[in-house]
Amino acid sequence: MAAPWRGPGANDVSSAAALLSVADLSIRFGGVVALDGVSFEVAAGKICGLIGPNGAGKTTLFNCLSRLYNPQRGEIRFDGRSLNGVARRRIAELGVGRTFQNLALFGTMTVLENVMIGTHAIAAGGFIVNGIGLPFARHQERIIRERALALLEEFSLVDVAKARASDLPFGTRKRVELARALALEPKLLLLDEPAAGLSHEEVDALRAEIQAIRDRRGVTILLVEHHMNLVMRISDQVVALDFGRVIADGSPAEVRANRDVIRAYLGEAA
Amino acid sequence: MLNLELASSAEATSGAGFNARRAAMVVLGLIVVGLPFGLSGFRVFQLSQVIIYAIALLGLNLLTGFNGQISLGHGAFFAIGGYSMAILSAKFGVSYWFAIPVAGFLCFGAGFLFGFPALRLGGLYLALATFALALAVPQLLKFKPFDPWTGGVQGLLLSKPAAPLGLPLTRDQWLYFLCLLGAALLFWFSSNLVKSRIGRAMIAIRDHPIAAETMGVDLALVKTTTFGLSAAYVGVAGALSGLTVGFVNPDSFGLFLSLSIVVGIVVGGLGSIWGMVVGALFIEFVPNYADQISDVLGEGAKALPWAIYGVLLILIMYAAPEGAAGAGRSLARHGRRFLPRRESPSRGT
Ligand SMILES: Nc1ncnc2c1ncn2[C@@H]1O[C@H](COP(=O)(O)OP(=O)(O)OP(=O)(O)O)[C@@H](O)[C@H]1O
Ligand SMILES: [Mg+2]
Repeated sequence: MAAPWRGPGANDVSSAAALLSVADLSIRFGGVVALDGVSFEVAAGKICGLIGPNGAGKTTLFNCLSRLYNPQRGEIRFDGRSLNGVARRRIAELGVGRTFQNLALFGTMTVLENVMIGTHAIAAGGFIVNGIGLPFARHQERIIRERALALLEEFSLVDVAKARASDLPFGTRKRVELARALALEPKLLLLDEPAAGLSHEEVDALRAEIQAIRDRRGVTILLVEHHMNLVMRISDQVVALDFGRVIADGSPAEVRANRDVIRAYLGEAA
Repeated sequence: MLNLELASSAEATSGAGFNARRAAMVVLGLIVVGLPFGLSGFRVFQLSQVIIYAIALLGLNLLTGFNGQISLGHGAFFAIGGYSMAILSAKFGVSYWFAIPVAGFLCFGAGFLFGFPALRLGGLYLALATFALALAVPQLLKFKPFDPWTGGVQGLLLSKPAAPLGLPLTRDQWLYFLCLLGAALLFWFSSNLVKSRIGRAMIAIRDHPIAAETMGVDLALVKTTTFGLSAAYVGVAGALSGLTVGFVNPDSFGLFLSLSIVVGIVVGGLGSIWGMVVGALFIEFVPNYADQISDVLGEGAKALPWAIYGVLLILIMYAAPEGAAGAGRSLARHGRRFLPRRESPSRGT
C-alpha cells in the first residue's frame, strides 16, 4: 500500500519553468579542474541524465548541489533561490534528497531508523520536547514511522526493517538509501550511480522504480549513471560532462549522436 | 513541514509480550523500593552510590555511546556538581531541592561551552583535551585564592538531610529515595530522547556525520547540546554524591573517577540505557571485591587489588565485548532458540 503522496513539485503550476539551473559553475582541487564553467537547466518533473567518463565531475556537481563543496565561481539556483551561501543542513529542508555513489547509510541503525531519519529536516522538536515526550512529539513520531513503513513496503524492504544497515548486501543498501532520500518528499532527487553493482534484472527493476518515483510523486530527478541503456531509456534530457565541461545537452537521441560525446567515450576506451 | 495527518490509525500494539514485560517491571520496581528496608545503613549508602554512578554513566553514554564524542574528563563535571551543591548549601543555606537542579544547569552551561572546542577536535584529540580537564579541575579546587569558597584541600562538609514530611525513614534511606527519584526522571528523559528524532540525529552523527548533515541535522547544535546534557547528568550525579557522602574534597574527583565512568559505560554497553545500572554496580562493587580477593591471596599481595581489577575487566571485555547490554541481547536471542515454542505443549521434566 504505497500512499499516494504528491511531492510539492507535483503541484507546481509552472512546471515548464526550470526547477534547477546551474550557471558557470567552476571548482578546482589543487591543479585539478573538476568543474569548468558548467551551465544547464532542468525543468520541474523531468528526469535528467548526467553522463560522462570517470572523473568527469559528476559527483563533484552533486556535492556542490548538496553544499558539501563550495564552488569557486558560478551559481546554482534551485526552486527560485540561489544556493550560494546556504548552510549544508538546510538543503534537505529546501527539498533536495540524494543518494551517494559510495553509500552513506548509518551503519549501526536499523533500516527502518535509516528511513525515519530521512524526515529529519521536515520534522520539528528539540531536546526538551522529545525528552519529555510531549504529545506533539509522540504524534509526530507515529507519522514518521508510518511514512517510513510505507516506503519500506514500496521498496520491498519490510523483511529487513529491523536489520542493521551495515549487515545488508550492497543492492539492498542502495534501496534503503533511495527510500531514505524520498522520506522528506523532495522536489529534486539526486541519484549517484544507482545501478552500479546491480545485476541485469535488478537494473530493469530499478528503471521501473525510478520512473514510478517520478510519475507518482512528480519529483524532478537528476541521475548520474554509467549504464547508458538505462540513462537513454529513462531520461527526458541528458547532459554530458567531460573534464568538468558540458559537452552536450539535449534529448537522449541528440546526445547519443553528438560527436564530442562519442569521442569522449571512445577516447576513454582506447 | 511534515503533514501531521495520520492515514491509518494503527495504534495499540499491546500483546502478551507487552504485559509480561510490564509485570516484570512492576516486580523490579517493588524490589528497588523495598531494598533499603532490608539492608544495613552502609549497604543502603552503597546502593545510593550505585544509583548516582548510574546517572553519571548515562550522562557520559549519551555523549560517547550515542553521539560518538569521547570524554576522559567527566569527573570534572561531577566535581562542579558536587561543589555547586556544597557551596550553595554550606555557604548560602540553599535547599537541596533547589541546589541539585542548579548544579545540573551550571554543568549544562559548562558542558555546552566545552562542546564548542570539542567540535573542532575529533577522536583522540578530544580524548586528550578532556583528559586535561580531568587533570586540571582537582588542582583548581585546591587553588589557594579559592579557599574561602572551596575549603581548599579539606573540602566542604554538608549535613545529610533528614526525610521530609515526617516520613519514617533514616537519613540514608531518604537519600536513597532521593537518588532514585533523580535517576527515574533522568532515565525516563533519556529513553524518550534516544528513541526520538533527536536520538536518531545523535546516532547518525556518530555513524556518518556528512550524511547526517545531508539529512538536515544541525551538527554543531546537536553535538554541543549533547555535551551540555551529558555534563548536566554528571553534575546532578555529583550534587547527589556530595549530599549522600556528606562532604566534597578535590581528591575525590580526580582522574580515577573520570576513568571509572568510562569503564562503567564500556562494561554496561556503549549506546545502552539500562546497561548503565550494570556498569554502575561494577564500578561500585568490583574494586571492593578485588580488594577482598587480594586479601585472601595473602600478605605479599598488597599491590594486587588493581591488578585483579584489571584482570577482571579484561575477562569481562573478552566475554562480553559489547558490554552488559550486548550480552543481554545475545542471551535473549539464544534463550529464545532454546526455550520451547509457545505452541508446543512441553510440560513436565
Ligand atoms: N575532494 C576532492 N579533492 C580533490 N580532488 C577531487 C575531490 N573531489 C573530486 N576530485 C577530483 O575531481 C575530479 C572529478 O571527480 P568526480 O568524483 O566528480 O568524478 P565523477 O564524474 O563522479 O567520476 P566517477 O564516474 O568515477 O564517479 C576527479 O579528478 C577527482 O579526482
Ligand atoms: Mg562519481
